[in-house]
Amino acid sequence: MSAVIVERVKAHFGGAVVETTSFRGDETIVVTPAAYYDVAKFLRDDAACDMSMFIDITAVDYPSRDARFELVLSLYSLHKGHRIRLKTRLFEAEEGEPADAAKPTTVPTVSTIWAAANWFEREVWDMFGLKFEGHPDLRRLLLYEEFQGHPLRKDYPADKTQPLIPYRQGPDVLGKQLPFLGDEGMPFGRKDWAQRDAAWADDAMGDPSDAPPPDGTAPTPVP
Amino acid sequence: MGEVREIAGSEAGFATTKLDALLNWARKWSLFQYPFVTACCGMEFMSLNGPRYDGLARFGAEAPRFSPRQADLLWVVGTISQKQAPALKRIYEQMCDPKYVVAFGTCASCGGFYDNYTTVPGIDKVIPVDVYIPGCPPRPEAVIDALNLLQDKIQRGDKTPGIVKPREDLVERQLVQLQKSPKELEYGPQRRSVEPPVLLGTPIKPEGER
Repeated sequence: MSAVIVERVKAHFGGAVVETTSFRGDETIVVTPAAYYDVAKFLRDDAACDMSMFIDITAVDYPSRDARFELVLSLYSLHKGHRIRLKTRLFEAEEGEPADAAKPTTVPTVSTIWAAANWFEREVWDMFGLKFEGHPDLRRLLLYEEFQGHPLRKDYPADKTQPLIPYRQGPDVLGKQLPFLGDEGMPFGRKDWAQRDAAWADDAMGDPSDAPPPDGTAPTPVP
Repeated sequence: MGEVREIAGSEAGFATTKLDALLNWARKWSLFQYPFVTACCGMEFMSLNGPRYDGLARFGAEAPRFSPRQADLLWVVGTISQKQAPALKRIYEQMCDPKYVVAFGTCASCGGFYDNYTTVPGIDKVIPVDVYIPGCPPRPEAVIDALNLLQDKIQRGDKTPGIVKPREDLVERQLVQLQKSPKELEYGPQRRSVEPPVLLGTPIKPEGER
């Protein structure tokens, strides 16, 4: 059913279609970034396609590829009941380098075609750092402005946190105790830190993240 | 109130105690709670307050106050993200002393399985906690235990944090102790590793033995 759409897109944008794939009736069209906006607009306006509903826009990070990011746009036709997935491949934007026409890093926003795309594109910007030209309000959606980097990129460390407020370190409130650290917070309760450090010195295979803080702020052990 | 002494022989009747003991006694039975409910543990918190367990009203913590300025017990129920942490800290700072914090569930206690950019690995990184309740989500009984533990701590003036331990299943333990496997009855004690002597129900005796 959706194969009709693929044929129509191929007929109209023959040179811009990079490849098409079909998996159990799910049709995917990969187009060049330059044609991405026009294809999206065609998909909505063409009577045979009639993609009236925006489902999702997201991205995938393939660090090994030259064009590192793949932008995935999912569409649905409320009247015809068919779906299509439109992809385009983008390069990573290098800081301070002029835009290279051969290595496109951005695409125009589709929030002018489907208003629903607005927040989804903000989320893609938040998580992957892909920019959308002409977006009305491209701010982070889920994370905070102070956040450095984009966490769903594969090169973002999986366990890296960026706290908004500093963690409690010293005795602060009414003599109440220090927070659990590292491998604590488990049902076996608080460990003896002196023992733990000795075990750490013996165990070269241990996790470096379990090492005590360098500034000697390890709390006193609780009997 | 362990400190109370009744003095016999007086018509009016009076009791003496220490001021702290009296205040702590009053505090522990009139906790005004502020539920900071952020995630799925909230459903368990609702069931705790439902008629089946009625886990807070029975212990003097019935009335929620949705202003931190009128509350003295902060329930942090659910995952706290890094973006939420300043709000949580501010809520805590707005509460009047004496104030108590309960970390409800694994996520609030230590971050749970969220070990990534989004989640605060335990609310004690931001605010001091009095009682931790492990569990994903914890059973209502564990929360009742936590409330009782907190009341004991308030009465004693104890500010060290406590963790709710799992309850021992006394009934099952009794079964293990009292009942032996048929082989064990016949041949004496067996090695546990070969056959665990755990039987639920009464061992079947041959006809006519009783």
